[in-house]
Amino acid sequence: MVATSVHRRKKRLDRGIKARTDTIFLIASWKDMLYLLLPRMLPVAILLVLPVLVKGYWGKVLVYACIYGLLALSWDFMAAGGLFSLGQALFFGLGAYLAGILNYYLHLPPVVTVPAATLGGGLLSAALLGSVVRLKGVYFAMITLMLPLLFKKVIETTGAFGGTHGLPSLTPFPSELLTAYLAVGGFLGSLFIFRRVINSDYGLVLRAIKDDDRAVMSGAINIYGRKIQAIFISGAVGSFAGALMTHYYQFLGMSVFALDYSILPVAAVALGGQGTFAGAAMGSLILVPLSESLRALGGLRIAIYCGILIVSIIGFPEGLFHYLARKYHQFERVVEVK
Amino acid sequence: MNGEPLLQVRDLRKRFGGVQAVFDVGFELRRGEFLGVIGPNGSGKTTLVNLITGFVKPDAGQVLLKGRNITGKMPYTIAGFGIARTFQMVRLFYNLPAYKNLIIPLCSSRFKKLRGGRYGERDDVAIELLDDMGFERDSLVPYKVAGSLPHGYLKRLDLARALALRPEVLILDELFSGMSMSEVASTLPLLEKFNQEGLAIMMIEHRLKELFRVVDRVMVLNFGIKITEGSPAEVMASEEVKKAYLGIQVELE
Ligand SMILES: Nc1ncnc2c1ncn2[C@@H]1O[C@H](COP(=O)(O)OP(=O)(O)OP(=O)(O)O)[C@@H](O)[C@H]1O
Ligand SMILES: [Mg+2]
Repeated sequence: MVATSVHRRKKRLDRGIKARTDTIFLIASWKDMLYLLLPRMLPVAILLVLPVLVKGYWGKVLVYACIYGLLALSWDFMAAGGLFSLGQALFFGLGAYLAGILNYYLHLPPVVTVPAATLGGGLLSAALLGSVVRLKGVYFAMITLMLPLLFKKVIETTGAFGGTHGLPSLTPFPSELLTAYLAVGGFLGSLFIFRRVINSDYGLVLRAIKDDDRAVMSGAINIYGRKIQAIFISGAVGSFAGALMTHYYQFLGMSVFALDYSILPVAAVALGGQGTFAGAAMGSLILVPLSESLRALGGLRIAIYCGILIVSIIGFPEGLFHYLARKYHQFERVVEVK
Repeated sequence: MNGEPLLQVRDLRKRFGGVQAVFDVGFELRRGEFLGVIGPNGSGKTTLVNLITGFVKPDAGQVLLKGRNITGKMPYTIAGFGIARTFQMVRLFYNLPAYKNLIIPLCSSRFKKLRGGRYGERDDVAIELLDDMGFERDSLVPYKVAGSLPHGYLKRLDLARALALRPEVLILDELFSGMSMSEVASTLPLLEKFNQEGLAIMMIEHRLKELFRVVDRVMVLNFGIKITEGSPAEVMASEEVKKAYLGIQVELE
């Protein structure tokens, strides 16, 4: 017989275990449990030990990554309700200024200023954006983009709250380690809570508003009320990040309203993938250290950074997280075809 | 039984650019009444529904619910007052399991109030409602993604979504279009049951035979104008209606 060349092709299969459904089954083998838990627990465990392991410069990068991560999560939560924002800097800046003002003028300790700025920032954000939730898409995004820039200009020209000089010598957190754990804890806590909320009935209504707001209205749901609630929650998380940064820096300046804090979170979500929060978290944990490690390259840094971002967005339009999640649930094997 | 009408619609008007979609349409609906609305394509039936339910703001006219003016209020406010509707083109969440579509009205403050301040187990309530609608609870149907269900099921799901609000007025915009004979036959008794319990129903329908079997009164629209209103027999005898329908013969049983 003449040997015929064997054609092979890759065959892709979905892993057929029950772990892929929503319900947890009582009888699950430890392998299934591991399969389910490992991708969740491993990153969490790593993040929890990192503050002890990394110090100095990279310790700082970890805190930054978590702060940007909080902004990315806050962006993703609003987007889940159909609110596309280009202004996370508004939340960030409000939280930073509230914490800074309370500390500088009233000498309140971080224990008070951080929670107060979180809550106050959420309320202020909801009050400021509440009047424009009826605007759709680009129009809403434009307002969110302009507001932080407006605040920056007002502070610059009126000289309010230290003006261009800012407010110096604010109270630091007691220790570097505590700061890192506040950042990591806030980040993981928000991630966990957001993932919970979005899969609850409350989150279902929010996602439905994004899909078809008229259908939701016919169910007697005040969609604008719900959107304002979403802004409050997002605003509070963004403000927490701002308050954290202020005490970490021990300095408050207008730069907290800078465009960076609006754009980078969106880039992180674009990289990681929208709608799961895990994507937003993953995106910022990649992007921030990446941008830091490119710092040595000087001016080229931004160009390379943008290049990587563009390539990854074109390569994984669904987002890195969705791509990896899909791959994790599939396995490939090579089969012969005749 | 009589007394004040539940829903009063007075001289509603709406113009879209060059089209006078609804012109001075008015009618009344009482508790437990079943009103049919018919008219050729483009005669303003859907626009009338949108005007009553707040999805479109009227140019003129009034809508009163139990004597209270609700003209131009937001759709969710009006739904919260107890006027529920279905959509001619069903508006559902196709990537959700069928029963999860009902969670939205069950999350409303109206539902909470009706339940004495408690939401209860929403999933159970949703499955219960769908069971009434012919989605057998023990089958997989209620748990399937809505997008995978046949059209007739989607129509009934939309009806269940409206009924989940426990409305006092139910407005159905061509509910039966696209439903099979047997689906219509099983849905009609359900509507009649709710109707007998006091629900006021306004039903827009092109399937006149089925419509005429259940309604107390029929209102006929043509070019946005109400041309007549009366019992099914009276309406079908009207010359104007015959002209509007241009020779379409409808057999009455
Ligand atoms: N949003 C809109 N913008 C512009 N014109 C509209 C709008 N809605 C309806 N119209 C016009 O108003 C008129 C009445 O439309 P409507 O949908 O109310 O009719 P209908 O009686 O429901 O018809 P059908 O039996 O086909 O459902 C039509 O001429 C339609 O083109
Ligand atoms: Mg219509």
